Amino acid sequence: MQLFIDQVLNGVGTGVIYASVALALVLIYRTTGLLNFAQGEMALFSTFITYWFTEQGIGVVPALMLSVVISFVGGALIERILIRPVEGPDKNPLNVVIVTLGMFLAINSLAQLIFIKPGQEALQMPAIFPKGDLVLGIRTATIGFAVVLVVECVLLYVLLQKTNVGLSLRAVASNPESSRLVGINTGNMLMLGWGLAAALGAVAGTLAATRGSGFDSSLMQQVLVYAFAAAALGGFDSPLGAVVGGLIVGIADSLTIQYIDALDGIELVVPFGLILVVLLVRPNGLFGRTIVERV
Amino acid sequence: MELLTKYWLRIVVGLVASVVAVAIPFTSNPTDNLLVAQVFYLAIAAMGLNLLTGFNGQISIGHGAFYGVGAFTSAILVTEHGWYLEATIPVAALLAALLGVIVGFPALRVKGLYLALITLGLSVLFPRVTAKFVDGPGGVPLLQPKRAQVASLIDGLADDQYQYFVCLGVMILLFVLASNLMRSRAGRAMIAVRDQEVAASTVGINVAGVKVGSFALSAAYAGVAGALSVMVTRVADASNPLTYFQLSIEFLIAVVIGGAATITGPFLGAAFLVFVRKRFEGTEAMAPALLGGVLIVAVYVLPDGIVGGYRRLAARLRRSAAADPPAAEPPVLEPPTVPTPST
Repeated sequence: MQLFIDQVLNGVGTGVIYASVALALVLIYRTTGLLNFAQGEMALFSTFITYWFTEQGIGVVPALMLSVVISFVGGALIERILIRPVEGPDKNPLNVVIVTLGMFLAINSLAQLIFIKPGQEALQMPAIFPKGDLVLGIRTATIGFAVVLVVECVLLYVLLQKTNVGLSLRAVASNPESSRLVGINTGNMLMLGWGLAAALGAVAGTLAATRGSGFDSSLMQQVLVYAFAAAALGGFDSPLGAVVGGLIVGIADSLTIQYIDALDGIELVVPFGLILVVLLVRPNGLFGRTIVERV
Repeated sequence: MELLTKYWLRIVVGLVASVVAVAIPFTSNPTDNLLVAQVFYLAIAAMGLNLLTGFNGQISIGHGAFYGVGAFTSAILVTEHGWYLEATIPVAALLAALLGVIVGFPALRVKGLYLALITLGLSVLFPRVTAKFVDGPGGVPLLQPKRAQVASLIDGLADDQYQYFVCLGVMILLFVLASNLMRSRAGRAMIAVRDQEVAASTVGINVAGVKVGSFALSAAYAGVAGALSVMVTRVADASNPLTYFQLSIEFLIAVVIGGAATITGPFLGAAFLVFVRKRFEGTEAMAPALLGGVLIVAVYVLPDGIVGGYRRLAARLRRSAAADPPAAEPPVLEPPTVPTPST
């Protein structure tokens, strides 16, 4: 029983990371209607920025703050420079997929070229939360991760539901045409959405890097897969769904590794099976809205 | 007059290309021959993806997996069952097509971005599943046929020359097939489904059949390419979990750069791909950085690829050569570049 509880808690720890990335995916999906295949690599780049600051002798938390700010600006710039020219109702949606795949390759390689010195294998990110147990055998890191997720959610909720900027952002997400007519600068809102997503990615990536022993340029690739599964499960347009989905996927993953020997080495079957089943059976996910399309 | 010159130009270009293609293996060194052979089989894979994405409008980031199925089918039959590699090619095509059908069915319900997501899963899962079920020497999922097992079957041709001609021959065969298919009833049905799914079904096209069929055919092309890759590189390797995902993106790059929904495009794209790979050999991260960058830039400046860009240029030159500037720009008839999946 203790083993089971440990595994569930372990799953919550990873689930928080998946949930953060899934939140970022959902933010971009809601504002621009895109699946951002480069989300994981953007987060990887942010993680390397955090790492670089810690190398300069800055504490890991301030380094993360700096990285979040830089990522926010970077994400907004990516939207403005790379995405907007190829995105729009009259443009081909496949072009954006191709651009994000190009970003996937390019950002990953750029991160390697810029931050990894030749011959360096795994990099060490200093731990954010102290090692060891806090209460009842629950690790401090797990609780810390959960707190981070809650803080993220509260901040996002306040921003989206309680401020004018958030209202505009939601308006753009639900109807870009009309919101432009009432004087909202839709372009800025799209940049804001991408900036927020990149900032969330920075947090998720840095947290992911503090788990386990060292990280390298493949850090976010698996995480992205799980995050997609989480977002699909929760519904691509539901932030709440992303969080719930992330936790479910994290726990399911952790239990699979522990209990299902047949899937040893191919645990990724679980998230992909989940994506497939959800898309086939309930394409709107658990919390998504049904979209009625006009032919 | 213009028709005539174009006709002659085609014949001249065709003759020159044939002479060059035959001359290369007898005038260059083995390494270069195999490099060109690599262009040939990658062009086959890119053509496969082009049939699906370019002509039928379904995106796939999973073609690396079909290619991998072909490669491992051949490698297993050759190393463990003593087949001739040439004989494994149809089997590789068939198994890849089978997987294509299996993926094609969910693709009937899942479109656009979501299809990209599911096929992405295919290429990420493939090496892991292979690693679990294929045990190469040393417990690594890596099979290497011996040199003798892929040797030349024709006296007087060295191994590399022989492999060059096999790849060339198969490529020509499959390209002619694709070209003819696209002018047939089935090909027009594929394009109709891409352009207007609802309209296509109202004129009696079996949309589901066309889509699944396109997936199967497309996968078979990738499978053949995988089998040929084993012949040229003498390895089927799934030890790096990202190889096949990257391959999938590279095929997409070849299609986009060369020109989607064209016949020559995939070949040009594959040549570009091999050039970049070769140029940045050894500096591991450089090639993907460049390919990714080129892919992004291509979507802006050359959305219809090299072939589309050439056509536009030729159309402009013809117009200025006609000396009387047209009052209004006449609409240039071009095939749509990257297809729009209907909603």
